[in-house]
Amino acid sequence: MLGDYTLQNVVMGALLLGAISGVLGSFAMLRRQSLLGDTLSHAALPGVCLGFIMAGSREMGSLMAGALGTGAVAALMVVLLTRYSRLKTDAALGIVLSTSFALGVVLLTFIQGMNNAAQGGLNAFLFGQAAATLRSDLLLMAGITALALILVLGLWKEFKLICFDPGFARAQGLPVLLLEVVLTVMIALAVVVGLQMVGVVLMAAMVIAPAVAARQWSPRLEVMVPLAALFGMAAGVSGALISTLGRGLATGPLIIICVSGFVLVSLLLAPRRGLLWEAAFRLRQRRRLRQQQLLTRLYRQASWHGEPRRGSGRKLADDDCDPRTRRVVRQLEQRGLVGCHDRHWMLTAEGHEAAARILAQLEGRAT
Amino acid sequence: MSNRLHEPGLALHVEDLTVSYHGKPVLWDIDFDIPPGVMAAIVGPNGAGKSTLIKSVLGLIPPMAGHVTLFGRPYRAQRKRVGYVPQRSSVDWDFPTTALDVVTMGLYGQLGWLRWPGRRERRRAMEALAMVGMQDFAGRQISQLSGGQQQRVFLARALVQQADIYLLDEPMAGVDATTERAIVELLQRLRDEGRTVIVVHHDLQTVRCWFDWLLMLNVRVVAQGPVEQVWTAENLRRTYGGQIALLDGDTSITAPAGPAARASGAS
Repeated sequence: MLGDYTLQNVVMGALLLGAISGVLGSFAMLRRQSLLGDTLSHAALPGVCLGFIMAGSREMGSLMAGALGTGAVAALMVVLLTRYSRLKTDAALGIVLSTSFALGVVLLTFIQGMNNAAQGGLNAFLFGQAAATLRSDLLLMAGITALALILVLGLWKEFKLICFDPGFARAQGLPVLLLEVVLTVMIALAVVVGLQMVGVVLMAAMVIAPAVAARQWSPRLEVMVPLAALFGMAAGVSGALISTLGRGLATGPLIIICVSGFVLVSLLLAPRRGLLWEAAFRLRQRRRLRQQQLLTRLYRQASWHGEPRRGSGRKLADDDCDPRTRRVVRQLEQRGLVGCHDRHWMLTAEGHEAAARILAQLEGRAT
Repeated sequence: MSNRLHEPGLALHVEDLTVSYHGKPVLWDIDFDIPPGVMAAIVGPNGAGKSTLIKSVLGLIPPMAGHVTLFGRPYRAQRKRVGYVPQRSSVDWDFPTTALDVVTMGLYGQLGWLRWPGRRERRRAMEALAMVGMQDFAGRQISQLSGGQQQRVFLARALVQQADIYLLDEPMAGVDATTERAIVELLQRLRDEGRTVIVVHHDLQTVRCWFDWLLMLNVRVVAQGPVEQVWTAENLRRTYGGQIALLDGDTSITAPAGPAARASGAS
């Protein structure tokens, strides 16, 4: 199956797209500019159409140049709108996104009205047409990806600093604006890589999703970025392979579904940050605190009575018949910290020690 | 700009500085000097332009008019001699990085392009962390640190630069009394080594016992100089206006004592 020429192309394209969008998406996400990818990809559509009109054919180079051009204009518009109007970034991104997408769709229908035979498949750029990927396209995509990776490796610490603390970066003498422009242009380039594979509409997910998933698993940028690339590439390959299972299954959307699956699993299960993980952790924590609280209460009552280990058991059993307390007592009994003696609950020797330890710890924190 | 030094005897010299934001003046015609080797506080009410002043000194905000020199040269030429501690709330502490890593960022400017921080940088960052008592938290993810610990990490990031002038923007905001004292002692040690420490400060109660130089700011400079000379009820009233009610409880301010009487009180 992997010997199939088209499939080879698709898989290689998906790998390249996964790598570049995972890496650059990480930086975009950390700068709170996840939606920049969305805006740039929608802004690529009028560029693709303009490139087609000028070249008169579906030649990859001119389409991509057009996409880059309108992407740059869109990015510039966002910067100008946020700086000189009272709009916030999200509103500026939204306005530029919808305007340029509308413009792109108008141009697309205009081209379809031209009755140019070469226009065939131009609207494939909306949702991508991975199977149409040529070796020459791959070469271009590989070149762009390599350039992006080299830049990120070379400017790693600068990119890290402008994402974390741009003010401090400027005080250190870094050309923050230039570095931000470089990052933005590279995201526009990544969009160009993704046009053929997943199309302008779904490209945003390729920029955001691998980064979001990777952030869940690692608290270090040095791990998160390669992991995002890995997620992107894995999703790309899985999507490509799944699309071979049925006739005419679209590769691009399948890639996005795969990467969304990664996000879902990561959001739920990742240690420390995952929702389920956190819920389980909190449950365990609460149970432990309840046990500790009861232990120290028994300890205090015991010393009140002047008997080292005796708690006021009858109280626990009868008055405090709150089922939660009884459950906690039973848990403590199972752990051997509390024993039932003559209808009285008493701390065992271990329980006594454990309670003393807990109190000592609490006091140690206060000093 | 010529190579001639302008007021080289002063750690910080600000002349005619005016900064506006959205057409409103934030700083108006500011003139002030800070001599080397002092620990200076910048105080003033909210919106007085304290942070803006620090940021203009660092070239982060373009001024409408005026100029700033540090030891006789503009900031651009003195970058390596200046350490900056921004407000803690200015960054996202959920950023995927460790305490040691943040401190290492203080060396990025000195490292130069294309170079990755190595063992030498990590060692220096460790030393800076130890100076603020945070060596045990080096590998900790920064979101897992308390507010006071985050503030100390920020301080260590400036310390690692081994600067001659330190500019700190509200380093005592939201930290407990113990951390506050630790930070002050550290800053005083820097001053005793001959460095200049300039702090945007919000707690008037502590100004007199911690600082030896004071700049009172409210869009314009109200007063500046040694604390014992500047700290008068009249100056405070002119700086804080109607908010002075807050200060009336402090008898030492309302008492009509001359500068000499208070000089002995300052440490």
